[in-house]
Amino acid sequence: MKHIKTINKANLKKTAEKGGCGKCQASCQSACKTSCTVANQKCAKDE
Amino acid sequence: MIHKFKLSGFNILLDVNSGGVHIVDDLTYDLLDNVEPPFADECPEEVVNKLSKLYDAEEIKECYGEIVELYNDKILFSEDDYEKYAKFAVASPVKAMCLHIAHDCNLRCEYCFASTGDYGVGRKRMSLETGKKAIDFLIEKSQDRKFLELDFFGGEPLMNWDVVKEIVIYAREREKECGKKFRFTITTNGLLLTDDKIDFINEEMSNVVLSIDGRKSVNDRMRKRVDGTGSYDKITDVFKKLVDKRGDKEYYVRGTYTKYNLDFSEDVMHLYELGFDQISVEPVMADPEMPYAITEADLPKIFKEYEILAQKLQKVYDEGKFVNFFHFMLDLDQGPCAIKRLRGCGCGNEYVAVTPDGDIYPCHQFVGIDDFKMGNLDDGTFNQEMKSYFAASHVYSKPECKKCWAKFYCSGGCNANNYIYEGDIHNAHKLSCEIQKKRLECSIMMKALKLAETAE
Ligand code: SF4
Ligand code: SF4
Repeated sequence: MKHIKTINKANLKKTAEKGGCGKCQASCQSACKTSCTVANQKCAKDE
Repeated sequence: MIHKFKLSGFNILLDVNSGGVHIVDDLTYDLLDNVEPPFADECPEEVVNKLSKLYDAEEIKECYGEIVELYNDKILFSEDDYEKYAKFAVASPVKAMCLHIAHDCNLRCEYCFASTGDYGVGRKRMSLETGKKAIDFLIEKSQDRKFLELDFFGGEPLMNWDVVKEIVIYAREREKECGKKFRFTITTNGLLLTDDKIDFINEEMSNVVLSIDGRKSVNDRMRKRVDGTGSYDKITDVFKKLVDKRGDKEYYVRGTYTKYNLDFSEDVMHLYELGFDQISVEPVMADPEMPYAITEADLPKIFKEYEILAQKLQKVYDEGKFVNFFHFMLDLDQGPCAIKRLRGCGCGNEYVAVTPDGDIYPCHQFVGIDDFKMGNLDDGTFNQEMKSYFAASHVYSKPECKKCWAKFYCSGGCNANNYIYEGDIHNAHKLSCEIQKKRLECSIMMKALKLAETAE
């Protein structure tokens, strides 16, 4: 495309279908604690 | 829903519901202010006329075609069909715990949310007996979850070090019997760190959080000892030692910025220059009446500072070096599933905090707020109703979040801040939101640039 460069083809929707297993790490994002945004976490489903 | 913004000379376009990210030219950027679904086959005449003062008519039509193509591919203006997953928001096993090993501290940080370590309820240390009960509680309530997280927190956990060690030993015994795996973390101000503690921490703790605010003047202004002297000199030495010996294991240094150091990019870079490459520095959350509190009036300066920080970090990357600033970490491809993103921290549901008295709270920030006491380890109480209340807290139960472009990255913010500053866990805390969104824009921009480079 000339005007738009897609740099990330989304996959959020797919993750929803298989998601929700709850195996991933808990993720407090407040100032006083672990503090990274949830979006940065790893999926732990297949661990 | 889309969100677009200009940063560092780039026009960035986020498709909120799919997570797609695009870099667009000025024409697309302006055109998107004028068109939205449902799309016609051709660009509407009045839009072409309106924009033809700035752009060539043929180009406008061509650009419109590209927008429609991405829309048809469902990576632009894709639909919000996640609400159905809110049904997953039910009570879950408890898998993480914050253990308040000592409600006491050897520092008197001015901004401490725990009122100098005692949470306003008196200085206390957890007994080994209570610690063991907490481990048993977590194992029992975790049901089929294998990986359990336990964070030694305070106050200052090193003030009750022997109990920390004993609890780790006990949990290691129990995990074998029960087929669980504990992942320990500890948060410390460093004052009591010694060689043998460093070795134990490096051996047993999967992550360690080292509190330091940055430059000496900044750190020592807020992070003072009981006698008023600063802590910088002592902790920089021991933290470096700990990190050097730690190998590849996770750690991070974390600081707080306040109204006194709105030029906090200097502090991040200072920590980097000290030799730390895992860094988190974040805004203080405080009563707006406090002299060091950040208020809405500070936001323009803070936004600018995040941009400056992004540039400084970019420079480090350009030199082929590495540093990780936590709030700019973003995994565009492989982050957690959408359901996790809807639910966020899981406090009061998957995560609880336990005090030296064995009282259970939804998380460390709720400790000491009577209305949120969930139960107690000694009398075996654990309020399931409150657990369900927290379980049902997700971006679709929070009115502001539901319509927010950042919801899949922010996950509805911090329930505790929402409650403390806005009166209800469902009310987004505006100040946090503004800062969160700015950080996200910066991190999406940095990721976008990186991907754009490699795509070329
Ligand atoms: S807490 Fe604020 S920034 Fe986060 S999703 Fe809700 S409204 Fe958006
Ligand atoms: S409510 Fe806030 S402080 Fe508590 S666990 Fe969630 S994000 Fe962290």
